[in-house]
Amino acid sequence: MLLAAMLILPATAALLALVSRRSAPWVTLVASLVVLWLAVVATLTVITHGPLVAVHGGLTLDALGALYLLLVAFVGVTSSLYSIGYLEVRHRFATRTVPRYRQYHPLFNLFLASMLAVPLLTNLAEIWIAIELTTILSAFLVAYEDRAEALEAAWKYVVLTTMGAMIALLGILVIYAGVHHAGQVPSWAGLVAAAPLLPPAVLLTGFVLALIGFGAKAGLVPMHTWLPDAHSQAPAPICALLSGVETSAALYMILRLYPALTHNSGIPGANAWYLVAGLVSAGTAAFLILQVTDFKRLFAYSTVEHMGIILTAAGLGTAAAHLGTVYQLFAHALTKSFCFYVAGLAAVTLNTQRIKGNSGLLIDSPLVGWALLLGALAIAGAPPFAIFIGEFQVLRAGFAAGQYLATGLLTIFIVIAFIAIVVQIGGLVFREPTSGQTPARTLPVSSVLALGFAFLPVLVFGFYLPPPLRQLIHQAAALLGGAV
Amino acid sequence: MQTLELARVLDGSFAALSVLAGLGVIVARQMRGTLYLFIAHALMLSASATVLAVSLHSAHLVWVALITLVTKVVAVPMVLVWATGAKVYGRREVEHVLSIPLSLLIAAGLAFVAWSVSQPLVQAIFAQPFAAINVPAGLIAIFFGAFTVAVRREGVAQLMGLLIMESGAFFASIAIVHDLTIIAEIAAAVDVPIAALVIGLLIRSIGSVTGNTRVGQMVRLRERR
Repeated sequence: MLLAAMLILPATAALLALVSRRSAPWVTLVASLVVLWLAVVATLTVITHGPLVAVHGGLTLDALGALYLLLVAFVGVTSSLYSIGYLEVRHRFATRTVPRYRQYHPLFNLFLASMLAVPLLTNLAEIWIAIELTTILSAFLVAYEDRAEALEAAWKYVVLTTMGAMIALLGILVIYAGVHHAGQVPSWAGLVAAAPLLPPAVLLTGFVLALIGFGAKAGLVPMHTWLPDAHSQAPAPICALLSGVETSAALYMILRLYPALTHNSGIPGANAWYLVAGLVSAGTAAFLILQVTDFKRLFAYSTVEHMGIILTAAGLGTAAAHLGTVYQLFAHALTKSFCFYVAGLAAVTLNTQRIKGNSGLLIDSPLVGWALLLGALAIAGAPPFAIFIGEFQVLRAGFAAGQYLATGLLTIFIVIAFIAIVVQIGGLVFREPTSGQTPARTLPVSSVLALGFAFLPVLVFGFYLPPPLRQLIHQAAALLGGAV
Repeated sequence: MQTLELARVLDGSFAALSVLAGLGVIVARQMRGTLYLFIAHALMLSASATVLAVSLHSAHLVWVALITLVTKVVAVPMVLVWATGAKVYGRREVEHVLSIPLSLLIAAGLAFVAWSVSQPLVQAIFAQPFAAINVPAGLIAIFFGAFTVAVRREGVAQLMGLLIMESGAFFASIAIVHDLTIIAEIAAAVDVPIAALVIGLLIRSIGSVTGNTRVGQMVRLRERR
């Protein structure tokens, strides 16, 4: 019931939000708060008693799933709180169009439900359906401001990620067939158990199709082109969900195939797929961040970089690297949602998203200026923030494993991205304010509150992890290594 | 034995017709034509599932055949016409990214590549009598669908490309997966009309805001210096 309730609640909230426009933001907030509470309870149960199973085996939650579930639930709460004031401000200043306010909260809840379903569903084919629904249900959230640019971004997002999903569908069904023929239940646990018995051609074909398909949704290079466009046009709280947890859902699918691939003796060099895909994305994104001129696009390219870092970390292949992989997935989702919340407020303050020609945000709006600077430092990997711990763990594990080339390249890409982010955002927040800039606007209280809540874990988890969370991350990393 | 041979001949015929329908979606210029070709492709998927269901005595494949017929042949076209507006289907794509002969040539190359890359998988699945027919045909449809999205400019044509990809994935998978849970089958069946509805509404919004549905020409978003 606990697991099912996490899907029923947002779906019910979507219905209520559709009925009452006035109470929709509060219904969404309350529903997401209850979902977070349920997610915490479920996670604590998983940590102490192992995987949870419900609805006659239709729903399952293990440690890796619980970690992702927690992320979706937490970002869901901050995003719904942020939306309350932010949408009002955006609505007030939207001069060219009438945003789709009435559709926002129902779609927001359904989008959240589809992302919550990804770690909860047992059957591989059903998980694919949940992933596909995340795209379909968020299309009009990306196109919230009914302008030509927003519609173009939504179209690119839907077409590219749906193309990817169709390719991934065949991959998942091939794997499904293989697992079933091996006499196992077509679930993640069944896949790991069946992996040594699967014909390598079946497993590898399924994996390659899934890597291409889910890679498009995760924003892996060269399928990443939808990501900066969608993030430059979508409202900030939707960007937080897209970058923080939706791209992570696709990456979660690719990561869950990892233990199967490495446990099949007929597939030599399974790690190389992850290393190459990860390094290409991290490297390309690092150089693209150098050239970007829009700060929301900058954070979007940073997502591409981090997806690459996480994949590379998995491909390093040791237990320590897997710990880094899981921690990085966790830290990125939290930090990136914070970055987009700040970016949204910065866009409201400056009345533009352009980096070039704008400066002095620290003087114009000290709160937004400092938050943007901290967000940039946190996502770039500076201490004492959570991302730093993840990246340090990955690099240390890589060098310890003797993977000098891959880890060396990853270090170079991380340093390039660090310099690029700090220089770009530094130019925006420091120096004298640009003359003729729009006067600073009053910031919505709920958005500032959400910003504060989102910042807490980004800072605290950089130097302290509560014991249950540490245990969860270790259990999730063990699953990545092939534990059943 | 003779029954199996007959079933393979029938399935092969439906696979060939599905490849032709996929090819038609690449080159058809009338939007209504692309919709009819998608329906034809879905009909071939349903027919193939019926042949496999009878031949393999699989109740699940009977469900697949019925669900495909109801959702893709009936519901999706109705939803699409309602969502995008009937006017869109009277349009003709006048500016071609590639000429028809060049498109056909590339499609032939794609079919060869799809057939080649499907062979290791077909050989690995020893016990599936229809895999050698359905897996290459399904993969060809996926390649054709992706190619359609890449070279067509009209929103409806690109959407048909996506739907052909989805049908292709199922065309291949019915020969290797006969036992999807009923929940997965129903969910997959519901997912396609929902996707068609949302993308159709997006095409309508694009049409009302930009004045046309030539999505391939939307190039406002790019890095600015």
